[in-house]
Amino acid sequence: MPGESKDHGSGTAEKMSVRGVDVFFHEFQAVKSADLKVHPREVLALMGPSGCGKSTLLRCLNRMNDPIPGARVTGEVLLEGDDIYAPRVDPAKVRARVGMVSQAPNPFPKSIFDNIAFGPRIHGFYKDRAELARIVEESLQRTGLWDEVKDKLNQAGTSLSGGQQQRLCISRAIANRPDLVLMDEPTSALDPKASATIEELVRELAEDFCIVIVTHNMEQAQRVADRTAFLYLGEVVEVGETRQIFEAPQHGRTKEFLGGQFS
Amino acid sequence: MSEIDQTTGSLYTTQRFDRRMARRRRRQSRLKWISGSGIVLAVTALLVLLGSIAWLGWSGFQQVQVGLPMDFSSGELQPQEGKSPAAAVEDANFRALVSDAVTRVLGDPQDRQAERARDALLSTSAAREVGRKLLASPDWLGRGRVVVWVPAGDEVGQIVKGRAPRDVPASDRLLSDRQLAWIDRLQAEGLLRTAFNWDFFTRTASREPEIVGIKAAVVGSVLMLLTTFAVAIPLGVAAAIYLEEFAPKTRLMELVDLNIRNLAAVPSIVMGLLGLALFIRFAELPRSSILVGGLTLALMTLPIIIIAARAAIAAVPDSLRTAALQLGASKMQVTARVVLPNAMPGILTGTIIGLAQALGETAPLLMIGMVAFIPDTPAGLSDPAAPLPVQIYLWSTSPERAFMEKTAAAILVLLAIMVCLNALAVFLRNRLQKRW
Repeated sequence: MPGESKDHGSGTAEKMSVRGVDVFFHEFQAVKSADLKVHPREVLALMGPSGCGKSTLLRCLNRMNDPIPGARVTGEVLLEGDDIYAPRVDPAKVRARVGMVSQAPNPFPKSIFDNIAFGPRIHGFYKDRAELARIVEESLQRTGLWDEVKDKLNQAGTSLSGGQQQRLCISRAIANRPDLVLMDEPTSALDPKASATIEELVRELAEDFCIVIVTHNMEQAQRVADRTAFLYLGEVVEVGETRQIFEAPQHGRTKEFLGGQFS
Repeated sequence: MSEIDQTTGSLYTTQRFDRRMARRRRRQSRLKWISGSGIVLAVTALLVLLGSIAWLGWSGFQQVQVGLPMDFSSGELQPQEGKSPAAAVEDANFRALVSDAVTRVLGDPQDRQAERARDALLSTSAAREVGRKLLASPDWLGRGRVVVWVPAGDEVGQIVKGRAPRDVPASDRLLSDRQLAWIDRLQAEGLLRTAFNWDFFTRTASREPEIVGIKAAVVGSVLMLLTTFAVAIPLGVAAAIYLEEFAPKTRLMELVDLNIRNLAAVPSIVMGLLGLALFIRFAELPRSSILVGGLTLALMTLPIIIIAARAAIAAVPDSLRTAALQLGASKMQVTARVVLPNAMPGILTGTIIGLAQALGETAPLLMIGMVAFIPDTPAGLSDPAAPLPVQIYLWSTSPERAFMEKTAAAILVLLAIMVCLNALAVFLRNRLQKRW
């Protein structure tokens, strides 16, 4: 599996490392010299109040800030030692290697099969129809959706329930066999039960992938994350083991946030 | 707030509030009636229009025919050594044969004037018509007497169909008393009938209204529309994709956008002038040709297609573009695999409505010389043609009374094609949308 791929030659133990990244939208600075490391097979939560820049920072990890008009990113983001913002890097390749799941489920108005097969098709990751079918099945198995949809692969992806749609989108992302999966508040549009299913799934997927998940929900971070980063006003205030962040926060701002003084 | 019911202490039990409510209800029902009568007015106007055209045009689909008792077993038409049947028909004097047949029914004309009056009962094409029918059924040669039905003259048709008045002084009609008596005689002998006017669909422009047809016009319109289709759709959709998906949001692009919107509102005759300058003067393409007509209509349709396609592309949710980008799709793949398939129903609807508009366009075609009498069905894009709307215009300016019903009948055909095109647009939209 991709999660087991060996570390890059430079000797870094990190899957991804963010070094001094600034993000500007026109004159406004949304992220201020952020430093962050993502280790293999861990779940890293980016937590913070609304507008703190956590989603913007997440989008730096697969260059999804590029299409936003007026966005400018400086600094280094290394994926297995290579800067994804280096001049000759094709952002499409970065996005294939670093999968992403949006806040609201966004399946294509196509069949369930075609939704999952979208990535493998555009990248040519299969030799024949049988192999494509196998990739689709594996990806759906991985999110536990297979048993629910195996008899209706030709139905529209948009006909599923909200929670199923979000799992479909996760399946679609991992069908590309990415090195990393980014999730931007993946449960904010779902009911509590579907949210719980997604959280469980995140834990399971962490066995093979490393996952960066954005959340404004402290309980969620506690439940799913190995490590948590706290962001405030565009700055990474504090990063550490989730338990340490919640039980012994080092920074005053973190304490205030955890104490519910702002959110 | 000013008035509170003293007994209940509520704002809602005062007389003033009730009066206000009643006034609101009255206003609401007035608005309902005004808007409803707008619809009624529009539907009435449409029905009156359709009704009057149908009333004028129905008789255009009928042809009054005269039956000629003829005998082809006589000499010159019989099979001869070294002569094909076609050549024999070619050489035969059908005019004389027709004249004999009429004499057999109505008696010998006494003088030259009477003969001319008698000939006017039949279409001037009658002799040619007999030859054509004989070629189609050669077994008539050995059959002795056969009744050959040929189109009646245009005024005879108008009288029989009741389009021209009979009961007026002779000076006010085109047919004389004697001719009217002959018509009655033919009718009494069962040699006058009203049949479905196949000629209207299988023949082309002619100076004789009783045998004109719209075939050349319809073929010309279809070929011209296909040219428009082939040019305007790829260009229009490509321009819309560029403007929606790739164009930077600059002043220049705003100017381009504004101009496209203005172009859509430019009077079509001006587009005809542009076509004249561009395609005939500059590119030196053949005048009056289908190609030039199609290109000119494409110029006219292009902004409509661009606007419709842009709206359809803009309506594709951004979340789908994001989803495709997140999976590593290139801009091209996002456009081809996500944006276009989802925008297709809207693009098709707008396009077909644009084409339906182009189909009915006359003014720009007048500017590029597509307003000639063209009796030949066009076979290629460089052939001249008079498309259906132009044909309608030409017939509407013809003096013969019989052209009036042909004009209306051609309008009915044009309307039917339009309705079919619009139905196709609805069908395609529903079909493409229903897939998911």
